[in-house]
Amino acid sequence: MSRQAIHGWLLLLPAAALLALFTHWPVLGTIWDSFHATSKAGRAAPFVGLENYRVMVADEVFWKSLTNNLWYCLGTIPISIALAIVMALWVNSAMRGRTLLRMAFFTPTVLPMIAVANIWLFFFTPQYGLLEQVTGAMGIASRNWLGSPDTALACVTIVAIWKEAGFFMIFYLAALQSIPPSLAEAAALEGASRAYYFRRVVFPLLMPTTLFVLVNAVINSFRLVDHIIVMTKGGPNNATSLLLFHVYTVGFSFWDTGYAAALTVVLLAILATIAVVQFGFLEKRVHYQ
Amino acid sequence: MTLSPTLPQGGGRILETLSAWVLGFLWILPLLYAFWTAFHPPEFSTRLALDAPLTLENFRRAWDAAPFARYFLNSFMLVTMVLAAQLVLCTLAAYAFARYEFPGKDLAFLLVLVQLMIMPDVLIVENYRTMARLGILDSIPAIGLPYMASAFGIFLLRQTFKTIPRELDEAARVEGANSLQVLWKVYVPLGRPAYLAFGLVSVSYHWNNFLWPLIVTNSVTSRPVTVGLQVFSSGDQGIDWSVITAATLMTSAPLLLGFLLFQRQFVQSFMRAGIR
Repeated sequence: MSRQAIHGWLLLLPAAALLALFTHWPVLGTIWDSFHATSKAGRAAPFVGLENYRVMVADEVFWKSLTNNLWYCLGTIPISIALAIVMALWVNSAMRGRTLLRMAFFTPTVLPMIAVANIWLFFFTPQYGLLEQVTGAMGIASRNWLGSPDTALACVTIVAIWKEAGFFMIFYLAALQSIPPSLAEAAALEGASRAYYFRRVVFPLLMPTTLFVLVNAVINSFRLVDHIIVMTKGGPNNATSLLLFHVYTVGFSFWDTGYAAALTVVLLAILATIAVVQFGFLEKRVHYQ
Repeated sequence: MTLSPTLPQGGGRILETLSAWVLGFLWILPLLYAFWTAFHPPEFSTRLALDAPLTLENFRRAWDAAPFARYFLNSFMLVTMVLAAQLVLCTLAAYAFARYEFPGKDLAFLLVLVQLMIMPDVLIVENYRTMARLGILDSIPAIGLPYMASAFGIFLLRQTFKTIPRELDEAARVEGANSLQVLWKVYVPLGRPAYLAFGLVSVSYHWNNFLWPLIVTNSVTSRPVTVGLQVFSSGDQGIDWSVITAATLMTSAPLLLGFLLFQRQFVQSFMRAGIR
């Protein structure tokens, strides 16, 4: 091997070792463990084949968490992306007070999810919370928003939208600022309406950003469950249990690591699918520019 | 400019500015509400009265009720340790990817990118076992270790290093600098904006991180503020919202203050981090 090659590998080595230990090895370990029972005090875990997966298929909470997660995605992603675009257009325009607006939209992003979840928990509190006070003043009957299976998932979805829209706004803002002003001038000279200009010029130019944001939004909706732990603990009656939250409960409340590994495999499969899709769409632009 | 089709004129413009302001207000409302509750006596926590007296009592009670000073110290050590390790490891790896040719480079880079998709956040079960085997459960390094080799950091710095003209590199070598000196004297200084961007994103990520620290820590001496806040607010403080919101604002304060003071840098850093 040449000197250059040796130097290259030496520079890479520390990072590669940590990545292997805490990303690649655990991925393989997860798959391995998912075919084994949970090990008991010092003894090696026996091989059980597909037993953990059989348990999973029969596990109602798993299916509930999976469907919850899909609804959560469907609720969070389109709305936060649409809001992010609108916010970015506003903040990027010559609107009065746009600096303050940008701050208002972006602030939730820099705060800890656990902290804002506490604030929202208070917001949704029956009788005392701000929401109840507003609905009460309007004569709407009191209800326990987080305590009812019909509304709890919607509540945590709102929190996620609130937290993420401003984050995504930033990426759209960056994209909008890279659109040459001459395009807007040309469109104006041609007498294009604002809606037309947005639909035919701005939106297509935002497409790479939208794909990037979309991938991030999907990953986040499978990765971030802090607010679930604070606000509902997956309840009531598993109405707000998401996949990673279920992994957390099985792995660290029931200490059933074999089954938790099988659940993690599902999570990894979903993330791998997203990765493949992203590479299909974005490989050139995102990774090898 | 009247020609620009970015904002309507006249009534439409007023209406749109108004909607933007309403949305902005709604967005900041939960925070304003938290501020109101935290800075007023408990009897005003759910009652908006103009004559409500301001108080810091809630903060004092929160501070006394839990070892927040220690939690802050833990978080500070965690964030510093992670960032320092990330800066060193990612700089070296990014330099290798940007300026070296070696067999297996493309495959290695692909393996690094895996972490962009599969973050340590979802590998909690296996990483917990690894920490147990290493015998470092319930320690600050255990919280930070899985994040120290950051694919995101390697990627961001590699992109930056690639834009630096090779002539500068060669000029430094002509003057007798070795590889590491070139990295330190040429690449690192020219990569400053990328370092700032990565630093801000990393600090806010690890200050805010919760699930993994919750799992891996178990005592006052290792818990970061996020976990401390959760232990505090789910404990016997149960329903005293004034104290809980005070504690909540306290834990968010460093980032919130940093953000308000350096808004521009924050926004630009997050922007920069996104365009990759």
